[in-house]
Amino acid sequence: MTTHARSLRCRECGREYEIAPIYTCEWCFGPLEVAYDYDAIAASITRDEIASGPTSIWRYQSLLPVERAAAVDLEAGFSPLVRADRLAAELGLKELWIKNDTVNPTNSFKDRVVEVALSQALQFGFKTVACASTGNLANSVAAHAARAGLRSFVFVPSNLEDGKITTTAVYGGNLVAVDGNYDDVNRLCAEIAGTYRWAFVNVNLRPFYAEGSKTLAYETAEQLGWQTPDHVVVPIASGSLLTKIHKGFDELHKVGLLDEAPNVRISGAQAAGCSPVATAFAEGTDVIRPVKPDTIAKSLAIGNPADGWFAIEAAKKTGGAIESVTDDEVVEGIRLLARTEGIFAETAGGVTIATLRKLADAGVVRPDERVVAYVTGIGLKTLDAVQSVVGPTVTIAPGLDAFHDAFSAEYIEESA
Amino acid sequence: MSVTVRIPTQLRELTSGAAEVQLDGGSVSEVLNALDGAHPGLAARIFDEDGSLRRFVNVFVNDEDIRFLDGVNTTLSGGETLSIVPAVAGG
Repeated sequence: MTTHARSLRCRECGREYEIAPIYTCEWCFGPLEVAYDYDAIAASITRDEIASGPTSIWRYQSLLPVERAAAVDLEAGFSPLVRADRLAAELGLKELWIKNDTVNPTNSFKDRVVEVALSQALQFGFKTVACASTGNLANSVAAHAARAGLRSFVFVPSNLEDGKITTTAVYGGNLVAVDGNYDDVNRLCAEIAGTYRWAFVNVNLRPFYAEGSKTLAYETAEQLGWQTPDHVVVPIASGSLLTKIHKGFDELHKVGLLDEAPNVRISGAQAAGCSPVATAFAEGTDVIRPVKPDTIAKSLAIGNPADGWFAIEAAKKTGGAIESVTDDEVVEGIRLLARTEGIFAETAGGVTIATLRKLADAGVVRPDERVVAYVTGIGLKTLDAVQSVVGPTVTIAPGLDAFHDAFSAEYIEESA
Repeated sequence: MSVTVRIPTQLRELTSGAAEVQLDGGSVSEVLNALDGAHPGLAARIFDEDGSLRRFVNVFVNDEDIRFLDGVNTTLSGGETLSIVPAVAGG
């Protein structure tokens, strides 16, 4: 199998560039995106070939910009798509599915993008990989670099959750905690990326990295029997994930894997404490005013989202919406998903579920729609968010009397 | 009233390779216009056809994004560093 990536193309002005570790258009600074020879893909790709591939993102290799590098592969992706009837009932919906991306090698969707980016990094001949991260990407880059024997530099805001620091540091590699927010870290990384010949997965390798997110759309369609949902809800940090899920559904049709053109409404979710995209959407403007984040949803705390405009464009074009929810609603969203479906999401998942609830209450997400919510990271990394609101039901002495004192006979009886 | 303007790699072909340029001006807009005067062609790269800053161009005065200040009308008193930085993202 081979790659059908042909060039890099500017999303703003359309100028084309040869495949290289570059990320912005040198004319207008617009972001570069991988362009493919879709006719060549359509001529060879089949549902059967995909079904016989590995149970990872690499089953969609012909729709990705680079060949799988075994040295990097921790088998990210092909995560469960779980029918969520109990949550649907709570929200007044009929058909709801959770794409449970908490089960990836480092427990977030970032493993998808990192496996693509590091495969590309090896192909370009880089020895050192790096990233600016709000935590999940840090975990994933450190882990995959360790496996591949690459040197890594991971830059994070110093106020990150302890869980995300530990789950990065354990892999070795250089972990640089920066006194500033994500946008400060990102700016520093852009400067470093211009100075050293490193593979910064979300700077100079960003066009390739971002393509990994498309696999979330591919898997959703395949797991629904090669059908697409009517409505998806996706968390927004930079806006890249939402944009690429939109692109992914369109591509499946373009290469002949779907019987009908997809008609997927794409909605986005942000935390109120960092909602520049939701704000611009609500105001009907394409000017995204950066904000200084203040939310427990640190993995979504990008105040200056470079793909925000494209996320707005995708939501508008598909009839979706972009909403934001408070930190209290985020915590409630985490608990709601956990107690109805047995899935423990991190704060970003709480943002997604709480936003889904808000959109369902407002009638934007409709009961007659087949809905997919993307839960992109695991709750174990953000225990702080719920530690103060959940705990043991009771604490008792180790004796039957104490147990009987704690629960009524009726309650125990009806549990039997 | 001199201001230091930091030029990103992508625009250095227009500044003969210089990473920093010293210019005068009382506002961001004046400095950027002076930059185009000194290095013709620069304005076309950072402003769109309507004369607005391109969406993927960020301008910082010292360490503050001008969108937090007064945009291109942000006043300068001299001695500031004005950085032109292409937008990037991730996370």
